[in-house]
Amino acid sequence: MKFLLVEDNQDLANAIVSRMEMSGHVIDHARKLEDATVFVATGEYDLILLDIMLPDGDGRAFLRQHRASDFDTPVIVLTARSQVSDRIGSLDLGADDYVTKPFDHAELEARCRAVLRRRAGNTTTAIEIGGIAFDPVAGNLVVQGQAVTLRNRELRLLELFLNAPGQIFSKNKLSDRLFSYDDDASENAIEVYIGRLRKHLQPSTLRITTLRGLGYRLDLDG
Amino acid sequence: MADLSVSGSLRNRLALTLIGGAAVLAILLFFAVRNYAVQVAQQGQNDILQASVTSMLDAAVIRNNKVELDLPYSAFSMLATPADDQVFYAILQDGIHISGYDDLVFSAGVSGGNSIFETGKMRGVTIRKISASKTLIGANQRIEIQIVLAQTQDALSDTLDQISRNAAVLGIGFFALAAALSFWASSATIGQLGKLTSSVTRRGPQDLSPFSKPVPREMAPLVTSLNSLMGRLEQSLSQSEDFIVEAAHRVRTPLATVRSYAEATLQRVNKEENREAMRSMIKAIDESSRAAGQLLDHAMITFRADHLERQELDLVALAKELVLRLTPIADMKDLSLTLQGDSIVPYSGDFVLIQNAVRNLIDNAMKYSPAEGSIQVIVSAGPSPQITVCDRGPGFPNDEIETLTTRFQRGTNATNTIGSGLGLTIARDVAAAHGGKITLTNVQEGGACVTLSL
Repeated sequence: MKFLLVEDNQDLANAIVSRMEMSGHVIDHARKLEDATVFVATGEYDLILLDIMLPDGDGRAFLRQHRASDFDTPVIVLTARSQVSDRIGSLDLGADDYVTKPFDHAELEARCRAVLRRRAGNTTTAIEIGGIAFDPVAGNLVVQGQAVTLRNRELRLLELFLNAPGQIFSKNKLSDRLFSYDDDASENAIEVYIGRLRKHLQPSTLRITTLRGLGYRLDLDG
Repeated sequence: MADLSVSGSLRNRLALTLIGGAAVLAILLFFAVRNYAVQVAQQGQNDILQASVTSMLDAAVIRNNKVELDLPYSAFSMLATPADDQVFYAILQDGIHISGYDDLVFSAGVSGGNSIFETGKMRGVTIRKISASKTLIGANQRIEIQIVLAQTQDALSDTLDQISRNAAVLGIGFFALAAALSFWASSATIGQLGKLTSSVTRRGPQDLSPFSKPVPREMAPLVTSLNSLMGRLEQSLSQSEDFIVEAAHRVRTPLATVRSYAEATLQRVNKEENREAMRSMIKAIDESSRAAGQLLDHAMITFRADHLERQELDLVALAKELVLRLTPIADMKDLSLTLQGDSIVPYSGDFVLIQNAVRNLIDNAMKYSPAEGSIQVIVSAGPSPQITVCDRGPGFPNDEIETLTTRFQRGTNATNTIGSGLGLTIARDVAAAHGGKITLTNVQEGGACVTLSL
């Protein structure tokens, strides 16, 4: 997926970009509205992440203008304003969702996923590998022709593995991605989800290999 | 208004002043009329007495060296009154009493052609008497004829009584009319104040626009100060809102940066103790940002609770919007978030406040819910419009169920969960602002329910 991030705070932008890239997305970063306008005019994006307070204007003005011209790229607003007073305004202007700073990156990802799923409709792009067809946006998994229902964490785990087949993921890394920091989940909980995913993938030729002391890796049998 | 100290009434003060003035004027009028009447009546009696005495003196002649005085009938008939006043007379010749009442004293000091009026007592009654003299000149002699004529004053006092009564009636009538006018005038004047008062009272809580309707000149300074007060009030209200928004921005943006760095660092760090430190750091940031957010929410709610922006809303639609919005977060934890209950629950309340309260309740439920648990949001119209949020978490400690809605108070079983303890306080304050309450209950088969009834 290709995202456009409009955010003037360089540190925050860097963090968002590196996090999104880890999830396999491509991110363009605009620091002000002027740049954002150019990006939108020249490139095609699946999603725009838009800050409200920008050095050269109000992000909501950009949003209004964006909606007025025929772009229907979904927009998620990043706002630091008071939750009580600001929320309705940005949604009324055509934002698909918003997150309030400081946000949990997992929450931002979850919201991106939800917005993309809502917008995607039937046009789905499935990854096909080793006897499975996986649509990360819709969250559909088909294993050897059989539809499988995945829980959200199983889905995110599978997505991580499929983004980087053959790469080793430590328990820590997986745990960071799957659980919020207030969940207090022990890293052993990862084993539960790995176990479930293995069960789902049983009929296919995909295998999750345990590398003692290092972590897990997705392998293609044969 | 109850604790306003009221000192006197402007209307009463005005009315009393006007009525007092009218009373003084009425009394003065009474005495002026009566006094004038006395003078006029006295003058009338004097004139008649004068005429009578003159005609008597005119009848005196010297004939054959003797004074002859034939009292003319008309001299007495002109003194006749409806009250049958008594008439006394005395005739003296050179100071010697020759006819009439000898106890009627001629007043000294009367000289030729002159006459003196006196009021006095005779035989126990009040009389008005005239003393007059005439010098008759005969052959070689001058004879001084002196006449005293007196009349009782019964008719006069009758007339005066009559006039006094009329004057009194006139005075009382004047007073009554003036009093009525006073009441009317003071009511009409104070009525202008009443109009202003009712136009202030009729205003909606959000209406801080200045008064533009014309007011009497005397009230203009009051209305001007009122307008300027409302202007300052409006300014300070919008400043408070701006301040809350600005404070939120200032606090949240750097926290967001720190959090992002911490999270990014955590991805790269492998040493277990460093990871633990980073996790604690992120937890602390989450805790403080959540606390800051809730404190600001709480400030906003306290600020808005005084002037609720009530509007017609559907509690189901409100809850549905929240459930939709929070579903991605619930999904993240594999929690199921469902909406149940009536299909439409109309209510007139402050949308922003109620939404904030319910969001806090759902946030709480999500925090305390075990993995893959379910959270139910139930909206019902009866007995009162209410929204209940139930989770399958540990429930409330039974001995703390009463105190948990107090500010910063957290359950003893919540030490491992991020929170500021303001969520239930916010919900309680919002309920209270709408005249409702929140109720905490534990479910038998595990879990807790919080009901926000409005």
